[in-house]
Amino acid sequence: MTKENPTLNWETFTEGLWRENPVFVMLLGMCPVLAVTNSAINALAMGLATTFVLLASSTLISLLRHNIPKQVRIATYIVIIATFVTIVDYVIQAISLDLYNALGAFIQLIVANCMILGRAEAYASRNRPLKSVVNGLGMGLGFTIALLCLGVVREILGAGTLFGLDLFGPRFEPWVVMLLPPGGFLVLGAWLLLFEWLKQRKERTDMETAAETQ
Amino acid sequence: MSTPEADVLPPVTPAGKMIQTLVGIAMLSGFLVVLTYQLTKPIIAENQRRAIEAAVFKVIPDASIRKDFIVSDEGLNPVTEASPAEGILIYAGYSREGELKGIAAKAAAQGYADMIHILYGYDPSCECIRGMKVLKLAETPGLGDKIITDANFVANFDALDARLSTDGTTLANEIVTVKAGTKQNPWEIDAISGATISAKAVGKAINQSAKHLLPDLLPHLEKLKQPPELPEPHEVADD
Amino acid sequence: MGTETLSFIFLNAVLANNFVLALFLGLCPFLGVSGKLNTALPMGLATVFVMLVSSVCAYLINLVLVAFEIEFLRLIAYIAVIASAVQLVEMALKKFTPGLFRSLGIYLPLITTNCAILGLALFQTFKEYDFLQSLIYALGAGTGFVLAIVLMAGLREKLELSTMPSITQGAAVSLILGGLLSLSFMGFAGLGG
Repeated sequence: MTKENPTLNWETFTEGLWRENPVFVMLLGMCPVLAVTNSAINALAMGLATTFVLLASSTLISLLRHNIPKQVRIATYIVIIATFVTIVDYVIQAISLDLYNALGAFIQLIVANCMILGRAEAYASRNRPLKSVVNGLGMGLGFTIALLCLGVVREILGAGTLFGLDLFGPRFEPWVVMLLPPGGFLVLGAWLLLFEWLKQRKERTDMETAAETQ
Repeated sequence: MSTPEADVLPPVTPAGKMIQTLVGIAMLSGFLVVLTYQLTKPIIAENQRRAIEAAVFKVIPDASIRKDFIVSDEGLNPVTEASPAEGILIYAGYSREGELKGIAAKAAAQGYADMIHILYGYDPSCECIRGMKVLKLAETPGLGDKIITDANFVANFDALDARLSTDGTTLANEIVTVKAGTKQNPWEIDAISGATISAKAVGKAINQSAKHLLPDLLPHLEKLKQPPELPEPHEVADD
Repeated sequence: MGTETLSFIFLNAVLANNFVLALFLGLCPFLGVSGKLNTALPMGLATVFVMLVSSVCAYLINLVLVAFEIEFLRLIAYIAVIASAVQLVEMALKKFTPGLFRSLGIYLPLITTNCAILGLALFQTFKEYDFLQSLIYALGAGTGFVLAIVLMAGLREKLELSTMPSITQGAAVSLILGGLLSLSFMGFAGLGG
């Protein structure tokens, strides 16, 4: 087990945004990513709900990290995460029944989001609360941004609207498949192809500049 | 849980400490959840009340007061703490002056992707269904959800015949969805071409529900017609 | 809601509303373990077993929760039951088939966070299935999961032998395959009903 690294820096926040983005790089928490991104507002709500659970559970676990015996740690983390998910479930019901019906069972399924349990095990249990919160914030934000990337594309192509606002007018023939399950898979696959292409292009230009300077 | 460290004996944690932690966490969890539940319960109930009331007033034209009843083996009874558990919940709609305008009931049937849940309004004065609202659906966007948006389809429910047979045990004519454009009788529903399965589901749902509900309900019509206490505009429905 | 026949529940869960390809549940193992057929199949079967056990336990626990009106504890209770079922399977595998246990590695405890299992428990509760319906639903969901994961594994093994553009390396190709599989499974919609 690694020693606690007490330094808190900018990287603690940003690693969740890009380098270790939970969706695009680590492929964690995929189920809600494809299921609730058929509209931008659902994607945003899911991202925020997941971020809340991540922050709350990371904080509590980090605070209690010296008091949780190793053998029962996973069980404890799961109970803590399930508690906060239940709380979020009731809060969303109280805020908007429409949103609650749109997100459906996937709110409760946040508890099965491997990202949250993974972060608890790999980070919150080994770092002090402030650092865990900052890292959680970065991860949550990265997750929300990834959800929005999907939600926005799927909504624009699949319904011609964005956040419910009509963009193209009545003559636009939407690609309904984008709102259906295959569309989710294909749009995420397309984003990953794009990122891989960008990465390889960057590597090529890096190699070229390195060769030129020799 | 298997970890590589399991091969090296870790310092043995006394069972007492483990139990202590688990119990402590369980109590903390329980406390937080119960607290949230109590805080949000009234808000959620109010949201649900408003949602169902909006739907009821949409399917019963001219209604502005709502009272809930349960139709069961014990007859027709207003919804109270002591209501029978088994029964069909109906929402009676009254005008501002206390005149019965109709009753609304929920119905559901399997559509293309999942169950479609609807609320329909029945008017005893014309013995017909006067409104239908989709409560929940998961159909193909742009196709199945035309049951909400297609004006011709919605018009089916302005005066859908739901008379009882002469012996009062079932509907005189089964409510059925027919191919788009072939509607000939007032108890038929014109389907939407391209969304037949969803349209058929709505027909099935209403037919099933009306067949069972109306024969049990109509003998109690006089009781329903009694005006509700007017100063209290609505009662909370236990959904 | 007792209007669905058992055969409909089963076929619906395997094909038309396949847990992976239509409902997006169980994606982590679907993308993670489907590289090789000989790990995908045992993983699928272990998941089916956990699903059946969890389905039965969830049904019984729900009866208790409703009786005491403590439904708000449902999520915590379900996930606890699932974690225990997984622990059981792990111990059994470790004892009886240690080779398989080692090759499944970290993915075995991850069955706990497999949304398909929790999703199954939650859906059977929302749909108010009785005991037999829940069991058939779990069987159907598990079969559908195994079907999807085995199809995916077969496809991926074949793809390893062909040349693909380099930008598709990694998860992108799995997702596109998943999309195509999902598209083809859409053809089953309306089956049995």
